[in-house]
Amino acid sequence: MASKREIHINVPVLTRVEGEGALEFDVVHGVIQKLNLRIFEPPRLFEKFVEGYEYDQVIDMVARICGICPVAYQMSAVQAFERLFGVDPGTWVRDMRRVMYCGEWLQSHALHVHLLAAPDFFGFESAIAMAEKHPEVVRRGLRLQGLGNDLITLFGGRSVHPVGVRVGGFYKAPAQAAVADMVKQLEEALPQAEALVRWCAELDFPHDEQAFTSVALSEPGEYAIGSGRLVSGQGLDIDISHFESHFEEFQVPHSTALHTQLEGRPYLTGPLARLNLNFRQLPKPVRAVMEDCGIHFPSHNMFHSILARAIEIHLVIYEALQLLQAYERPDVSAVQVRPRAGTAFGCTEAPRGFLWHRYDVDERGDIRRARIVPPTSQNQARIEQDLCASLESFGLDHEDDALRQRAEQVIRNYDPCISCATHFLKLKVSRC
Amino acid sequence: MNSTKPKLAVHKFSSCDGCQLALLNLGESLLELPKYVDITHFAEAGPNNPNAKVDIALVEGSISTPADVERIKQVRENSAYLIAIGACATAGGLQALANLADRDAWMAAVYAQPDAIETLGSSSSISEHVKVDLELHGCPVNSQQVIAALADLLAGVNPVIERQPLCMECKRKGVVCTMVTKGEPCMGLVTRAGCSALCPSLGRACYSCYGPAETVNDGALAQRLQSLGLTPEAVARRFLFITSATPPFRDAGLRLRQPPLETDE
Repeated sequence: MASKREIHINVPVLTRVEGEGALEFDVVHGVIQKLNLRIFEPPRLFEKFVEGYEYDQVIDMVARICGICPVAYQMSAVQAFERLFGVDPGTWVRDMRRVMYCGEWLQSHALHVHLLAAPDFFGFESAIAMAEKHPEVVRRGLRLQGLGNDLITLFGGRSVHPVGVRVGGFYKAPAQAAVADMVKQLEEALPQAEALVRWCAELDFPHDEQAFTSVALSEPGEYAIGSGRLVSGQGLDIDISHFESHFEEFQVPHSTALHTQLEGRPYLTGPLARLNLNFRQLPKPVRAVMEDCGIHFPSHNMFHSILARAIEIHLVIYEALQLLQAYERPDVSAVQVRPRAGTAFGCTEAPRGFLWHRYDVDERGDIRRARIVPPTSQNQARIEQDLCASLESFGLDHEDDALRQRAEQVIRNYDPCISCATHFLKLKVSRC
Repeated sequence: MNSTKPKLAVHKFSSCDGCQLALLNLGESLLELPKYVDITHFAEAGPNNPNAKVDIALVEGSISTPADVERIKQVRENSAYLIAIGACATAGGLQALANLADRDAWMAAVYAQPDAIETLGSSSSISEHVKVDLELHGCPVNSQQVIAALADLLAGVNPVIERQPLCMECKRKGVVCTMVTKGEPCMGLVTRAGCSALCPSLGRACYSCYGPAETVNDGALAQRLQSLGLTPEAVARRFLFITSATPPFRDAGLRLRQPPLETDE
């Protein structure tokens, strides 16, 4: 019987993921014996070399952890320092940071949906190959991605490692005319985002329901992006400063990224987890399109991640538009900051899930110790758990090639950002 | 396929992936690229033929493991023209800060079993390992830099390399000097131009993400920054930042960290 054969699958380089990783698994007598998502990005030791640097320098250093979500790193860090220093930069800064963050979700999600994930659903090697058959879909995706980049650039001068965010606010407020132009572009993009949601809803999703715990930030008044409490589908509801009492990290031999567990178990962070927990807070027009397409959350089918990203693309274009329509350029773009010593905690929702930072800071505002927990290392244990379950439900008697393809598609559901996952976490050697 | 188009590969080493985005962020122009080149290898975008012979290789990231050393030699052998893109590939990147520290102690502080992870103990540029035909600087490089270089090569001319300091770019753009008018500790005096003066345009000091310019008068700048109120250590941190492994910045930074010469107390 086919299912009795011994299978050894080795995918030495995962393509269409950000960073370098590999997958290996063995099947003996129809059962997965060993499965390793190997992350072999070399350690860059970010947490160590921010030590001794100034708080505003750290904003620019941590951006370099990830070229795809630098804004997320800057926002978690800036939130941490402002909380510790007791700085309230006010509504304008808060709103504009949300807009900038919307830009990052937009470019990152559009990149993932079109360049990384969609080719799987149609059997293409790449989006460039897919563009020959579906040019309009790919072009729409690239336009949305470009708009996201432009939104970041509006506040940060460039979209990769932008330079606009500082503790206390922004270095400079965008000009009124530039914002007016952006509003026009967002208005044009809104129907495109709606069309994208409808297009994604028609994709042929494998049926693969699995039990897992979703974890995300949650805010009472809005769909959480730049702040909130950490909540789970299983009743967790904590201030971000209590993260370390509930989550723990450990090293596994096959990966340079540390794994993370919540109360000893894997969990999911990212767009699907966010929608599962916060879909009721989607703005009415966004929710209306979703419901019109027959999409319902919560969902425990990880293949719905692409759909979750499309809905969040619609959300962020809508939100950015709302917040920029009333834009008035302020006289000052940042408030005064006076550093103080202590422990700073920051947590925001990066495109791939929540991104937690802790900094021990001295009285001058220089960093003494840092700990950063990025989404992909949090999801690693969950990805391995998912692969075991979904490959078995897919059928281990499939040909090696089909198994390999399915495995890669499952991994891409998480949009793993391997560069992020491997800059590493301060390890507490305590195991339970 | 009997395409006569030049073949292009994009390789990644230790990095944040941000320089590859110079291509992936091209927007709709990305779809024009295959008209001019065959993209043979670009794992993040899909094509995966790391060992194919190519005409042009773009290399992102720094070398930090024994496996990297072997792989970059292979890439060099397979590539007629090799372009190192970004601060990691041209200077070891921000992560080269670990070269200045006790890396073993750092590894032990981060990992329970540091021995399970093989590294060289340093982060170095591509040109320290193989011949590099062109270096594009920046953290990150921008799309215009990469596309201009590719277009020049396809047209059969040598790409132009920016050598001037950022000050020249500020003057050309008419950006008000942040150091003169606001006393900001600007690194633009010693930094390679090419970013279109992003930070000064936002009213902030340049933090040198494009690395050292062709000539660096670090002594004069260090003196000026100290006269603005920075401690020697704070000045050192500005040299030892994105491109701390480049000789001019490394030497300038380490000099500032040396204990002062004995005084006659």
